[in-house]
Amino acid sequence: MTGTVSRQRAAAGLALVLLAVAAIMFPVVFSSPVITNYAIYALIFIAVVTAWNMFSGFSGYISLGQAVFFGSGAYAVGIAARNWHINGVGVFALLPLAAAVGAVIAVPFGLIALRVRRHTFIVITIAVFFIFQLMAYNFSFTGGSVGVAAPFLPWSPTTFNDRFYYLMLGCAVVAVVVAVLVRRARFGLQLRAIRDDEDRARGLGVRTMRVKLSAFVLSATITGLVGGVWFLYLTQVQPPSGFDPLFDLSLVLMAFLGGLGTISGPIIGALLIEPAQLYLTIRYTNGYLSEILLGALFLAIVIFLPRGIVPTAGEWVRRIRTRGRPAVPPASQRAPAATGLRSEEPATSDEGRSRLTGRPEASGETEGAGRIT
Amino acid sequence: MTVLLRTEEVHKAYGGVQALDSCTLEVEEGTVAGLIGPNGSGKTTLFNVITGYAKADTGEVYLAGKKITNVTPDRIFALGIGRTFQLTRIFASLTVLENMLVASRHGNAAARRRAMEQLEFVGIAGHHAELAGTLSYGQRKLLELAYVLVADPAVILLDEPAGGVNLSLVNHITERIRELNAAGKTFLIVEHNMEFVMGLCDQVTVLDSGAVVASGPPGIIRTDPRVLNAYLGEDLDPENPGEDE
Repeated sequence: MTGTVSRQRAAAGLALVLLAVAAIMFPVVFSSPVITNYAIYALIFIAVVTAWNMFSGFSGYISLGQAVFFGSGAYAVGIAARNWHINGVGVFALLPLAAAVGAVIAVPFGLIALRVRRHTFIVITIAVFFIFQLMAYNFSFTGGSVGVAAPFLPWSPTTFNDRFYYLMLGCAVVAVVVAVLVRRARFGLQLRAIRDDEDRARGLGVRTMRVKLSAFVLSATITGLVGGVWFLYLTQVQPPSGFDPLFDLSLVLMAFLGGLGTISGPIIGALLIEPAQLYLTIRYTNGYLSEILLGALFLAIVIFLPRGIVPTAGEWVRRIRTRGRPAVPPASQRAPAATGLRSEEPATSDEGRSRLTGRPEASGETEGAGRIT
Repeated sequence: MTVLLRTEEVHKAYGGVQALDSCTLEVEEGTVAGLIGPNGSGKTTLFNVITGYAKADTGEVYLAGKKITNVTPDRIFALGIGRTFQLTRIFASLTVLENMLVASRHGNAAARRRAMEQLEFVGIAGHHAELAGTLSYGQRKLLELAYVLVADPAVILLDEPAGGVNLSLVNHITERIRELNAAGKTFLIVEHNMEFVMGLCDQVTVLDSGAVVASGPPGIIRTDPRVLNAYLGEDLDPENPGEDE
């Protein structure tokens, strides 16, 4: 058993190293700006969908307002660079501001939206999204419908994409590492408990509002940061691009396709959907084609793959591994815990006393009471 | 004996329905108290008010003399009251051990060790790595009891612990409660199984239409005419159980 686990860990480690090498070498092998553009957008969505999943996937609160943080991060960098007259590569020093703006907006947003659940929560996130889009259209400091342009970056066109590729790769890695740490931590456990039964979690001492808000803010911080990078890459932001309703729908679709609440699922979803979406938008003049296909794909996923690729694949692997085995092993192979009320390791210390109560263990009456079913 | 848990003149209405009507209840430290009554008499509502899941319209709740009325469930748990539910509420997508750690204040090795001890105590440690959603109903009842124990509460409120489980498991649960009680834990138990209540509890309180109609030792309660009336004349004698279960 230990050997199998070690082999699995070694295989996972090797796969991770190969993945890292492939990611680092990608712009070297595929030097075409068209290809690296696809890769940059895929990385942008990997980072944002991972951040979105860190809150929505773990907690079960499906947000359709992530573009609020993305657009605000973009606008924050643009407005600050314009107003403070920051030019050249100095604008990258504003990226922490983009992250901070995302976090600051998430606090009041979360305090309002997280008081309600399920459909009501979704509706509130959509409402907040449209408030921000309208503000971007109507405030003078956002540039109205013209938006904000980024300062010129003195980079050669041949290396422009490569630099942004590595910058976005760094953001994506940070987002995934944070998501893994959150999932493994007690904080992540509490989020998943909230997803299963929030009221029960409260009754077991989980400060649900604090936990949800922390995850919401963390998710917004990463999204704001990525929004800032995206703005510098695109060199401009306008209300319909910064606050794009399709952006949120794409995130949800990516997470559902890959596997909501898993680490690898949303990444796989982003890698499949974003390049396809970009290709359709560039290849066909009908701008609505990708939206129509996205909608159809979402329906197909909900009907045929409701748990997403990763959980469904995991289930298939388990089925294949356990094929032909009896549901309940023969009594001779069963561990004591499965046959009686006691586990393999007795609950008593050497003195024959319960670790819990310090009293002698219950008599054999319960020992022989049969299997707990 | 010291009164550990006390409700005082608690009123709670849902719309026009008076779920609790001047409900006063005392649970002495180190005892097993039973709370019985017909369906809709307000037992679970009283549990909800005590544990912060519902707000009392008027009246007070005290734990060890400290007022805890309308305190949130997470703080109630931290103050030392743990509860289970009539219909088991576990975290189905988490493993059994993860369920235990949700209730734990820490996720470190010591917390895991203690969680495993609780699982061993209730008899489902062998399932610690399985998803809680795959457990049987009886195992879920035991898991609920186990994770309530993680925080070492002073008072444990059990809502129908013997409901819907087989006799051997009822005996197992009874034994665990007795053992915990002997170690100093105080219990307040809602249950329809009269044999279970009368055999286990030191004191029994009877609710009817949200009000306490009788309170006392099981021997007296089972012959109290007000109680018999509340149960529509049903015989509460465990030798001849006629109650609806």
